[in-house]
Amino acid sequence: MLRTLGAQIREFKLPSLLTPVFMVLEVLMETIIPLLMASIIDDGVEKGDLHHIYVTGIWMVLAACFSLFSGIMGGVFASRASTGFARNLRMAMFQNIQTFSFSNIDRFSTAGLVTRLTTDVTNLQNAYQMLLRMCVRAPISIVCAMAMAFFISPRLASIYLVAILFLGAVLTFLTMRAHKYFMQVFPKYDDLNASVQENVSAIRVVKAYVREQYEKEKFTRASRNIYHMFVKAEGIIAFNNPVMQFSVYACIIALSWLGAHMIVAGDLTTGNLMSLLTYCMNIMMHLMMLSMFFVMLTMSAASGRRICEILNETSDIQNPAEPDFEVPDGSITFDHVTFRYNPASAKPVLDDICLSVRSGETIGIIGGTGSSKSSLVNLISRLYDVSEGRLLIGGKDVRTYDLTTLRDEVSVVLQNNVLFSGTIYENLRWGDADATDEECRCACRLACADEFIEHLPDGYDTYIEQGGTNVSGGQKQRLCIARALLKKPKILILDDSTSAVDTATDARIRRAFAEEIPGTTKLIIAQRVSSVQHADRILVMENGSVNGFGTHEELLENNEIYRYIYEAQTSGNGDFDEGGAA
Amino acid sequence: MPQPSQTSRPMPGPRGRGPRGPRPKLEHPGRLCARLLSYILKKYAVHCAVVLVCIFLTVFASVQGTLFLQTLIDNYILPLIGQQHPDFSRLFSAICRVAGFYLIGILAGYANTRLMVNVTQGTLRSLRDDLFTHMEELPIRYFDTHSHGDIMSVYTNDIDALRMMISQSIPQFINSVITIVSVFVSMCMLNIPLTLLTLLMSAVTLAAAKWAGSLSSRYFLAQQHDIGALNGYIEEMMNGQKVVKVFTHEKESITRFQELNDALFHSADNANKFGNILGPINAQIGNISYVLCSIVGGILALGNAGGFTLGGLASFLTFNKSFGQPINQLSMQINNIVMALAGSERIFALLDEPVETDNGYVTLVHAKQAPDGSLCESAARTGQWAWKHTHQADGSVDYVELRGDVVFDDVDFGYIPEKTVLHNVDLYATPGQKIAFVGSTGAGKTTITNLINRFYDIQDGKIRYDGININKIKKADLRHSLGIVLQDTHLFTATVMENIRYGKLDATDEEVIAAAKLANADTFIQQLPDGYQTMLSGDGANLSQGQRQLLAIARAAIADPPVLILDEATSSIDTRTEKIVQDGMDKLMAGRTTFVIAHRLSTVRNSDCIIVLEQGRVIERGNHEALMALRGKYYQLCTGNTAGA
Repeated sequence: MLRTLGAQIREFKLPSLLTPVFMVLEVLMETIIPLLMASIIDDGVEKGDLHHIYVTGIWMVLAACFSLFSGIMGGVFASRASTGFARNLRMAMFQNIQTFSFSNIDRFSTAGLVTRLTTDVTNLQNAYQMLLRMCVRAPISIVCAMAMAFFISPRLASIYLVAILFLGAVLTFLTMRAHKYFMQVFPKYDDLNASVQENVSAIRVVKAYVREQYEKEKFTRASRNIYHMFVKAEGIIAFNNPVMQFSVYACIIALSWLGAHMIVAGDLTTGNLMSLLTYCMNIMMHLMMLSMFFVMLTMSAASGRRICEILNETSDIQNPAEPDFEVPDGSITFDHVTFRYNPASAKPVLDDICLSVRSGETIGIIGGTGSSKSSLVNLISRLYDVSEGRLLIGGKDVRTYDLTTLRDEVSVVLQNNVLFSGTIYENLRWGDADATDEECRCACRLACADEFIEHLPDGYDTYIEQGGTNVSGGQKQRLCIARALLKKPKILILDDSTSAVDTATDARIRRAFAEEIPGTTKLIIAQRVSSVQHADRILVMENGSVNGFGTHEELLENNEIYRYIYEAQTSGNGDFDEGGAA
Repeated sequence: MPQPSQTSRPMPGPRGRGPRGPRPKLEHPGRLCARLLSYILKKYAVHCAVVLVCIFLTVFASVQGTLFLQTLIDNYILPLIGQQHPDFSRLFSAICRVAGFYLIGILAGYANTRLMVNVTQGTLRSLRDDLFTHMEELPIRYFDTHSHGDIMSVYTNDIDALRMMISQSIPQFINSVITIVSVFVSMCMLNIPLTLLTLLMSAVTLAAAKWAGSLSSRYFLAQQHDIGALNGYIEEMMNGQKVVKVFTHEKESITRFQELNDALFHSADNANKFGNILGPINAQIGNISYVLCSIVGGILALGNAGGFTLGGLASFLTFNKSFGQPINQLSMQINNIVMALAGSERIFALLDEPVETDNGYVTLVHAKQAPDGSLCESAARTGQWAWKHTHQADGSVDYVELRGDVVFDDVDFGYIPEKTVLHNVDLYATPGQKIAFVGSTGAGKTTITNLINRFYDIQDGKIRYDGININKIKKADLRHSLGIVLQDTHLFTATVMENIRYGKLDATDEEVIAAAKLANADTFIQQLPDGYQTMLSGDGANLSQGQRQLLAIARAAIADPPVLILDEATSSIDTRTEKIVQDGMDKLMAGRTTFVIAHRLSTVRNSDCIIVLEQGRVIERGNHEALMALRGKYYQLCTGNTAGA
């Protein structure tokens, strides 16, 4: 994990190295200052040497200035290194996510990806800065202070050694115990917030079933549970400060007693004793800090792990070594295709599919919920790879094509489609970045989107909100179709893309397809018979297999499922209103 | 102290508030502070009093410790120097005394921290509980008019900010003030000129802190803005990642990401930088103050001006250090406090939202037939229900059988008063009828269902349920009598079993399975990894839309309501499954009232009455045959002939 993350430091290696260097300089100065102080008292004040006080004082001011300079430089470089590291992490993750195939994306979930790119990176940025500034500084500080203490008086300094060992052991013990509780409580805390979220979005259900009291009790129970766990964990942490105070005070008392004897015996000066007392505070403070950093670092380790999961994930679908950039035509052949989302699952999602579609044909696909209609068409543009068998487009295996070429030639309108924030033009040009306004409008005409766009106050320059929330379901679907059409693909796939469009408009879109883009192979998945019945051939899917494949008349004659659906929906009119399913 | 907010946490759903804009301006910081304190004190007055005492003791002990250092050198060590047989017994007793103070300090310090854990976590817990309890009572209108991300952020960001403030800022603030005052007094007692010098240097520190703080806050705002922009982009792209793949738009999305990412890098770098250098600046000004004091003090001690001794100088220098520290800490707490107050403003705003009012007094009771044929109340579940109508005038009680007779009488309604969306709607549904609503998006179909269960109250007209004005019925009882399957299916994080049981909490496993069978959900549930015990999470993210709808129907079925409202409840279920579900529901609802909203002909055609709505008005009503014969809007919708539509 450290190697993966470390690789992302890249151009920020220099600041990452300079930070500790300046930190060490700052610490050195901080160690020297009490020494100079002792000298002022011993050699200046006691001997009545004003000159010595001035000279040493000037040295001290210089040391303080140098320390200030180092501190500032350390702060500046630490900031640069840590924010730069965060930037690189985000960039590396985002770039890798862009190479992910659908199956990779499914594995992480959208929320998981977003958290890794945001919260987790922030955690690591903070941890990294702390690491650079403090984790070098604190040990060095301790070592320097110890060295000075030994230099002054090895006998007295050995008191520190005992105190450090004691404090270190107790702090480690406390931290480990508290950490265990924190690790238990954080996921619970997340769950609590998730349940609030759930209640907010499902408030209608809660109120419709009059479950307010039930939800309140559930929440109060969880919240009490969390309270007790937090109190337990923080109660342990509450021991940290007293333990450290105990160590410091014990040192002070021991120093005073032993120091007094040594001063009286002439083995130690009063100035030296003052310095030793200062070092005492210094050492214990830094030890305390170290234990805190230790806690924080172990906590951000979880973030680091999650980030590494993304950085180390390789896409399941790779571009072939010598890709083919030319798709000859829009014919599609499924040759004994079997497909599983999870290689381990016994029952395949698609089972031994054999089909062949001629270039330019219009194919309707119909079948119940979970009959794997979407899985079937997702294989065509290699959104997923077949598990067994071959899938040919234009007579060549899809795995031989360049991915971009393939996806430009096979245009899919997904079931859960998304518009992006930006104007309608900008959204349409996802299909073809160089499309002229005229081409955009033409595609919208084909998709019957032109009528509503022209009624919008800003027409094609209307700004679409994130997620397309300011257009209705039916309008969104038509925009998505237009966007897909702008690719001028050889194969066009509509995955239940007109479900929110009213029957009449749906019919006009289909008519426009037949007249304007006759050469394009069209696959249309639909729930409504009316959407598919005029297709050249209709594919009836059932449980991952082909149940029937033929014209409307043939299927009515000899396909039970199709006849049933047809009769249930009456002759050609399944729906009434526009946008009802949205 | 480790903070939970430092850990990674998947923030559920629409996150945060995005860019928070400029630093929030507080309307009444004083009033907010007072309200927050009184909220804390309400439950923890004793705790807080003890904490205050403990803080005093801690400061007292540490001042005593510092004073001891003065006496150590002057009174106990220097006199012994040069003595033939130095007597250490006085030193010993002094050390014992100071050890006692130290012990008090340690104990008080521990008690203080430990009590604050309870105060902090306890206050947060009761705030959370209060927030949630209050939220559950809020009217639907609140949820419809507030972004869910903003509501969530109260529970996460604002509560987190408060935790920082209660557990750290407040005690530190008190501690700092007490320390500053007591150290100041002690310094004055030791030497006035040196005290003035220290004060001067503290002023320099504060000025430096203000300078760095203002620089930092400028970049801090920029950073908040850039974080918001970048997070928004990340969220949008991750949601649309599959579309990005389909359109091979990877390069473009990386390019835009890079711009936003670099912008954040620069603002974050600057904001951080000024934050980082504040510490060293403060520390070194402190050091220089230390040096100055030692030089001036040295001169004074040499001249022995005003009885100022070497030991006095040593003590003073320690005070000098302990004077600077709380001032630095105070300056660093200011940001926290402002953030926390802004958070508590939003918390209290939510707590101040008016709750759903309910003046209903008609309740729903189990009923049975009395021997004389009239209805009377029954303690046990009888399968028969009655409205218990206690007349307000004379206190007499009437029982009206619950039959599911719903009448709309000239109803007007608008979500906002100025914009009426339903006009003069008349509607009558007799028990056992299946009423369907048909019409284009925005015609007001869902609005009607919002009114029956009083999610919203009508502006004009009357809605009667079994002849009773629904305003007189207690909301909880009214809603108990209605089963609703909504357009957007929502499931809870729990097992499939518990999700179905949500409709009737005391249902047995067998009843749950029976309801699932009725909704035709049993088959797919059996195929889930753990069957009925499969955990659903993230609103049932691991199920298809159709499967979720089947579960929602099972949930309504188990509640076994006299009146059922299905709002596009089967829109994602394929035609064949829908037919099976419908047959099951028809059996369940035999003799009861069902309202159906659907855009699929097969769903509505066998209804007893189809109501065609357009722009908030009923334009046609009748059964399928009658409406087809009418050749009006319904006919147009059915035949796909949109001429004139």
